[in-house]
Amino acid sequence: MTERDERRLASSKPAPWNDPKTRAVVFQALTVVVVGYVFYVIFQNTLYNMERRGISTGFGFLHNQAGFGVLMSLIPYNETDTYGRTFFVGLLNTLLVSGLGIVFATVVGFLVGVARLSSNWLIAKVAMVYIETLRNIPLLLQIFFWYYVVLQALPSARQSMSLGKSLFLNIRGLYLPAPVLNDGAGYIIFTAVVAVIAAVIIAIWANRHQEKTGNRIKVLWLNLSLVVVAPTLVYFIMGRPVSLDYPTLQGFNFQGGMRMIPELMALLWALSFYTAAFIAEIVRSGILAVGHGQTEAARSLGLRSGQTLRLIIIPQALRVIVPPLTSQYLNLAKNSSLATAIGYPDLVSVFMGTTLNQTGQAVEIVGMTMAVYLTISLSISGFMNWYNKRVALVER
Amino acid sequence: MPAFQPLPDMPPPIASRGAIGWVRENLLSSPLNVALTLAALYLIFSFVPPIVNWAIINANFAGNTQAACTAGGACWVFVKSRITLFIYGFYPADQYWRINSIFLLMALTFAPQFFNAFPYKKIFGIFALIGIPVVGYVLISGGMFGLQHIETEKWGGLMLTLVLAYAGIIAALPIGIVLALGRRSEMPVIRSLCIGFIELWRGVPLITVLFMASVMLPMFLPEGVNFNKLLRALIGIILFESAYIAEVVRGGLQAIPKGQSEAASALGLNYWKSMGLIILPQALKLVIPGIVNTFIALFKDTTLVLIIGLFDVLGAVQSAITDPSWRSVSTEGYLFAAFCFWIFCFSMSRYSQALERKLYTGHKR
Repeated sequence: MTERDERRLASSKPAPWNDPKTRAVVFQALTVVVVGYVFYVIFQNTLYNMERRGISTGFGFLHNQAGFGVLMSLIPYNETDTYGRTFFVGLLNTLLVSGLGIVFATVVGFLVGVARLSSNWLIAKVAMVYIETLRNIPLLLQIFFWYYVVLQALPSARQSMSLGKSLFLNIRGLYLPAPVLNDGAGYIIFTAVVAVIAAVIIAIWANRHQEKTGNRIKVLWLNLSLVVVAPTLVYFIMGRPVSLDYPTLQGFNFQGGMRMIPELMALLWALSFYTAAFIAEIVRSGILAVGHGQTEAARSLGLRSGQTLRLIIIPQALRVIVPPLTSQYLNLAKNSSLATAIGYPDLVSVFMGTTLNQTGQAVEIVGMTMAVYLTISLSISGFMNWYNKRVALVER
Repeated sequence: MPAFQPLPDMPPPIASRGAIGWVRENLLSSPLNVALTLAALYLIFSFVPPIVNWAIINANFAGNTQAACTAGGACWVFVKSRITLFIYGFYPADQYWRINSIFLLMALTFAPQFFNAFPYKKIFGIFALIGIPVVGYVLISGGMFGLQHIETEKWGGLMLTLVLAYAGIIAALPIGIVLALGRRSEMPVIRSLCIGFIELWRGVPLITVLFMASVMLPMFLPEGVNFNKLLRALIGIILFESAYIAEVVRGGLQAIPKGQSEAASALGLNYWKSMGLIILPQALKLVIPGIVNTFIALFKDTTLVLIIGLFDVLGAVQSAITDPSWRSVSTEGYLFAAFCFWIFCFSMSRYSQALERKLYTGHKR
């Protein structure tokens, strides 16, 4: 054995260019340099281009007067308010349509998903046609369809469709009675909040009691009556401080009440029905994932079919349903940005549309808008991950 | 003593076989089921006959102008007279053969994939990945080989939708796979860069990405360098969809047992060889449904380019129905566009299901 061979055997360390650790460090350093350089070039180019076009930088524009009106706002707003306020107007409108959409889409989606599994052949086929039609057609097209075809076919204000003299549907939108809070209404809201908190505490206590002793205390009716009766009592004690403002036809238009503008209705319906088709498939897969043996075992223990569903099937199906359902909620919130196509004043339409056109501050505005959606997405997925962890199967 | 002769079995009672049995079993098995059947029938009868009346029986097919629509039903004359706009956009009419030949080429490339016996499927597949984009670009854009150059402003309609979807799919898939590998890399810098990239694009709506591509991208570039609008939109779509593909592929990679890569290392394969020959083929096969889902979503999402002023099939329909020489034809226009998208998306989903069944090789012992 030569001296060189001995030395090679003695140190098992490979040559530096063959050592995975060294290579990893070199690769990463190279990546950092390349990415950093690309960002540097982009930054320099942006600064140069903005200067050349005479665009100012920074967020000072948020304090300037906006000078344009917005179709619908949940907070008081008029043309003299600032761009900063238009941002919040748009943001609240986005949150409103996403929140309502998530509720409707979940309800419709669960119904259609269960219908798809119905033993009734006709019902199952109707649900299948619904799913296969709606999920294979672009959402934007569906929004246009609701807005330009269905809502345009609604009657004028004088011939509006009505339900019990309090709900009116016409080409200008949906008119609903608006609650009016008089003096003392605060006590009702306070009582309601306290009642809900008390009900939650009682439910948790009952669950703990069951886990400790095995005896189930029936608290459902107690809690329901607490939540319903307590605020109702306060309502009468305070002398009925909440009244409803009904919309009434005066001349050519309705006065009073709340109006849901057609843009919001079209967007909400399209978003809900479209997402519901996806949720239906998720629900179906979740229910199918629970083996039939579970139902049989529950029955052999003597559980009734309602109990089987509530205590055995649904908790296990939820484990499969929750993660993809989260993605659908996220998609719905993000898809609400399509509002800009029909002019519903959401964040993209108000802020990234009108405000961007007026100020030209593309970098700040696009950045802020993206940051908002990123925050919404990360908080929904954070919440759903937390919930998922609670319902997930705990294994060794 | 005569041997016992069994009589032939009686058939099941008439009420539990054939059409009657099927109806009793599937539609009328319980009072609730009867109620559901009636509700479904009511739903069907209140929707289907009016739609059939409107779309076929009372519809107009002949003629060229609004005046021909007199029967009170659908005015398909509108779609017929605008069909070239819907399919080719503003592409010059004497150059339609270029688009038609690329449509034909795509059909000829994809049709054999549906037949198991066809021998050269691999070559055709590679051609679909590399050949069609190159040939398609040369044919549609022109400017070479004596073909007249057609600016992208004139591209539109269904053809533009297909260009966006095809180019988006072809480019997003490899980028997505690399991102997925990066996300599972053991090098912290590369891993966090990939995670940041994926989470950023997955957390924002495509519209904001398209806005960014159309208003911010020009600012990022040095003076004099300028991409046209179509290319900018395409970059936005590719960035967005590659993040989704990456997450789908990551799911597949996670499902491959560690033993597979350990075995590859034991055989002396390096990282790229073990990925390319052992891990990725198995992982990609597992996630075919997810990948096709992403493709379907991408195909539908191409409609969003109309918001930044590109003229896809929905944009073409949208502009045609505002033409004052046609009145109240929006339903017909939207139905046509919906039908175009539905055909493509539905066949993609069915093809993926067939592929899934065909590739179901593992898990058998």
